[in-house]
Amino acid sequence: MSGKIAEIEEKDIKSILDNVKLTRGVDFNDYAQSSLRRRITRFFEINRIFNVSEFNAKIRNDDKFAEFFINEITVNVTEMFRDPSFWVFLRDKVFPDLIKRPVLKIWHAACSTGEEVYSMGILLKEAGFQNNIRIIATDLNQGALDQAKTGIYKLNNQKLNQKNYEMFGGKSTLSEYYSKNNNEVTYDSNLIKNVKFQKHNLVSNNSFSVFDLIICRNVLIYFNLGLQDRVLHLFNNSLTPESYLGIGSKESIDRTRAEKHFSTISFDEKIYKKI
Amino acid sequence: MIQKPEIIVIGGSAGSYSIVRKILASLPANFSIPVVLVLHRLKEARNGFDESLNNISKIKVTEPLDKQRIAASQVYLSPANYHLFIEKNKTFALSISEEENYSRPAIDITFDSACDVYGEKLLSILLSGANGDGAAGILNCHEKKAYTIVQDPAEALFNIMPNAALRLFSPHELLTSDKIIELLNTLNQK
Repeated sequence: MSGKIAEIEEKDIKSILDNVKLTRGVDFNDYAQSSLRRRITRFFEINRIFNVSEFNAKIRNDDKFAEFFINEITVNVTEMFRDPSFWVFLRDKVFPDLIKRPVLKIWHAACSTGEEVYSMGILLKEAGFQNNIRIIATDLNQGALDQAKTGIYKLNNQKLNQKNYEMFGGKSTLSEYYSKNNNEVTYDSNLIKNVKFQKHNLVSNNSFSVFDLIICRNVLIYFNLGLQDRVLHLFNNSLTPESYLGIGSKESIDRTRAEKHFSTISFDEKIYKKI
Repeated sequence: MIQKPEIIVIGGSAGSYSIVRKILASLPANFSIPVVLVLHRLKEARNGFDESLNNISKIKVTEPLDKQRIAASQVYLSPANYHLFIEKNKTFALSISEEENYSRPAIDITFDSACDVYGEKLLSILLSGANGDGAAGILNCHEKKAYTIVQDPAEALFNIMPNAALRLFSPHELLTSDKIIELLNTLNQK
């Protein structure tokens, strides 16, 4: 890689991951290797770490450092209404079916800093779907969950969010949903009044409830095929029959155990229905 | 002298699209070497680009899905708003992590991961562009024994990208777009 710090060898990655698992209980071994390696190299560069033994000592002894590492390795980049056509499909094709149910339970799995949770809040509000909806949003990263709860985001990002919202066909403007303070915006907490945030690691935790809709977008891309299979199996076990799963538009359930349990509702938007 | 590569990765930005179109129009239907295109694109222009390239290409152009296996006789276009990695088992892996060099897809990322996997079996080409993405990546390819070609900045519509690479190293070839096309068309016979 093109930094000042020498490339990290594969055996060093193994040592790093084993140590993180041992000392912090978070297992990154089944993450997609190429992007994981780049993120670890980036972490070494940012923190001026020059060798693996230095890293291993720090991860053992320094809680702040460990938290920062886990935060850096888990990608927390997201947008509101990312891929607007996905949200249009949800609103126009999926919710008309779901909303007939007496209680509707939604799981935002690996919700990161919560942009899609607020997107969902806006979708539901504008479509008038607000009764009997219970939403659980989970992530393994406590810092990301804390930010999601506050709904505070960078003002800079709102331009892109607004563009997505317009392409989604929003009824208003996004600024109706947030208040501005300096370089930050705070989204209306009413949008998440049905939402419970909790810590959950898709890699190591089990199914904890059943849902009518699971949204987990651009998370599987960070996992290897074996881990994707396990996580999709977990989703399958967490859905009632006739319920929906939405993943990232470039992700796929092909070549996994879950494949035969789902029918494809939209190939382009990667929305599946449990058979 | 260039050997037949196992894969070709082409990076470009502003001023590279017309060259890419010319390249795809020129390659024969039986061109078997997989080609990966990493081009800076508008984030929200998610659809349509692969179709427009398909209209002129005799080889099928697709945007790869995550974990898709790299196959012969395919052109892969990196999807808008994703970074494109190549894994050791010759599958694609995607990421939406931070932009690098103000870019997602970042050309550096695909070059870096491709040369890790393919080494001297890789042909890397860097075209016209108005930022420095791809320069460090093609240098890394060169150091890992890949064959490297940079578009002649004198001909490039935007010379910042090729010049950024040339400041770092001397590629195996510095070629005009016509010569790049000519060279690509000799590879199938090798």
